[in-house]
Amino acid sequence: METFIFLIFAALAVASSLVVVMHRSPVYATMSLVVTLFSVAVLFVLLGAPFLGTLQILIYAGAIVVLFLFVIMLLNLQKEGEAAGRRRGQLWVALPGALIFIGMVGLVFWRAGAPDLQPLTEDLVSLKGLATALFTDYLLPFEIVGLLLLVAVIGATVAARKAPDAADDSGVLPREDFVTEETARKEARP
Amino acid sequence: MNPGLVATLLKYAVMFGVFINVAPIMNWVERRACAYIQDRPGPNRVGPLGLFQPLADAAKFMFKEDVTPAAADKLLYLMAPVLALLPAFTTFVIIPFGPDLTVSGRTIPLVVAPVDTGVLLFLALSSLAVYSLVLAGYASNNKFSLIGGIRASAQLISYELALTLSVLAVLLPVNSFRLSDIVAYQQAHVWNFIPQILGFFVFLVASFAETNRLPFDLPEAESELIAGFHTEYSAMRFAAFFQAEYTNMAALAALGVTLFFGGWSLPGVHIGGWLGAIVGLVTLIAKIGICMAVFVWVRWTFPRFRYDQLMRLGWKVLLPLSILNLIVVAAMTLAGWL
Amino acid sequence: MSSVPISWYLMLAALLFAIGTVGALTRRNGISIFLSIELMLNAANLTLVAFSRQMGDRTGQLIVFFVMAVAAAEAAVGLALFIAVFRARRTIDINRLNLMRG
Repeated sequence: METFIFLIFAALAVASSLVVVMHRSPVYATMSLVVTLFSVAVLFVLLGAPFLGTLQILIYAGAIVVLFLFVIMLLNLQKEGEAAGRRRGQLWVALPGALIFIGMVGLVFWRAGAPDLQPLTEDLVSLKGLATALFTDYLLPFEIVGLLLLVAVIGATVAARKAPDAADDSGVLPREDFVTEETARKEARP
Repeated sequence: MNPGLVATLLKYAVMFGVFINVAPIMNWVERRACAYIQDRPGPNRVGPLGLFQPLADAAKFMFKEDVTPAAADKLLYLMAPVLALLPAFTTFVIIPFGPDLTVSGRTIPLVVAPVDTGVLLFLALSSLAVYSLVLAGYASNNKFSLIGGIRASAQLISYELALTLSVLAVLLPVNSFRLSDIVAYQQAHVWNFIPQILGFFVFLVASFAETNRLPFDLPEAESELIAGFHTEYSAMRFAAFFQAEYTNMAALAALGVTLFFGGWSLPGVHIGGWLGAIVGLVTLIAKIGICMAVFVWVRWTFPRFRYDQLMRLGWKVLLPLSILNLIVVAAMTLAGWL
Repeated sequence: MSSVPISWYLMLAALLFAIGTVGALTRRNGISIFLSIELMLNAANLTLVAFSRQMGDRTGQLIVFFVMAVAAAEAAVGLALFIAVFRARRTIDINRLNLMRG
């Protein structure tokens, strides 16, 4: 039964990740990422981390990917055109590289045999244990991550803000004659 | 078959049976209550007191022409109503509907999914409701739908924070995410809405916003943006959105009554066995019904929030209030009062 | 009594990582590169949880917790930067965002 579930969701994860990487429309790629995240969440539950699986759906699929969708729609991204020139050449390098990597990993496991998973212990799965460890042994990283999130929120708000001297109030995107440092420098160059 | 699996399927069938009937019943209740508040008769021709009106509506939805906009993104357009139904029919699996049953030697908790991460699973699955709104708006290839979709999803993710924090405050004295433990705690002490009245208030307002109900229904309002994100949807697909909205409302109402009003339990009533289970289920349905009646009452009483007022309320009022509630409840728990 | 060997999970994670890497290297759209990076992070998370189960140590799960938080922060800042870049250059095609060339 567990093998069955693993195989289904592993196949789903691989298939949807291929769609993420290959589909030309960014919206479709984002929705495939949601499917991948879901499959990985199921695999987390199979591996004895149900809290992490739930967090995966709550944070990754429920917030981060929504942010991606927002930005895609805000910037009105179109489907990607054909890869040309240098970019196409990069596929010929990346693909063999990936295959070699997978081959190496596979070789390592083939040599090592196939050790079965250890049986699940109540201690590993329990939410209480995880929470206790988080707030005792890992308190400092926890607080630092909180600070990091605060800094990230402030940074993101500042980075995505309209420039303070924009005269109009029409939203995020500027008017055509909006001059940034970039365009000013480009104009100044001969 | 594995007896545990059979038990789970039966429990899901019971909960599904309860929640699928919400939409037609609420359809009738909404229209009659709206009519009553607006001092007019309401539907009273189809059957006595208009009780067969939902049947007539269902027939109408089935026979209406399904129009797909020509330049719509076909796959996403078709997927959006399905995605709306997904969180609606999976979130109620953690709601307990009765005391533990003992059948032929094994104790069966009356929850479809008695997992350790109970409430968190509810919040995780309900956060997926954003996708159907955004995709419906995007795929319709219609300016108004897109704006409606973006506004709806911004509203949903803003109020999700206040909702989560107010739920978190309830969990503090109970030390568990499981809703069965929360109900047991409320049976031992007083119903949660008395000591945590601020949390309840935040939860109520946030749940109005989470389900796109007035006073927060700007994204789908009839007089704004045509019909918002579901402008281009007709017949069965619109019925799917409609069903999803009411089922979502019922699921959130079920969560609210379980967290703040004791769920399936009545104070002083401790019946065990099958009778206790039936009494528990009926009590839960009755409480959900009262909560839905409040939803309907508020809808036809208050005017609509404007979008910027809505966002301001979510971020500048509800979020600080919910954090304050969390701090107060934490202090009370430490002091031993809760 | 699980019948799935741990190496299957690790191979799956390696496969997802490789797919993500190919995506990050070959896509032209900045957002698509970002999606591929999220894929790679997920593959790493899967590896961590698999090893946490194998060794019976909860540390792996805790690290995944922190990785998720950091990924969220990174996504927020990265997307905000994309918006800022789009405002200045009206494109996020990385072939055209090449101020550092020459």
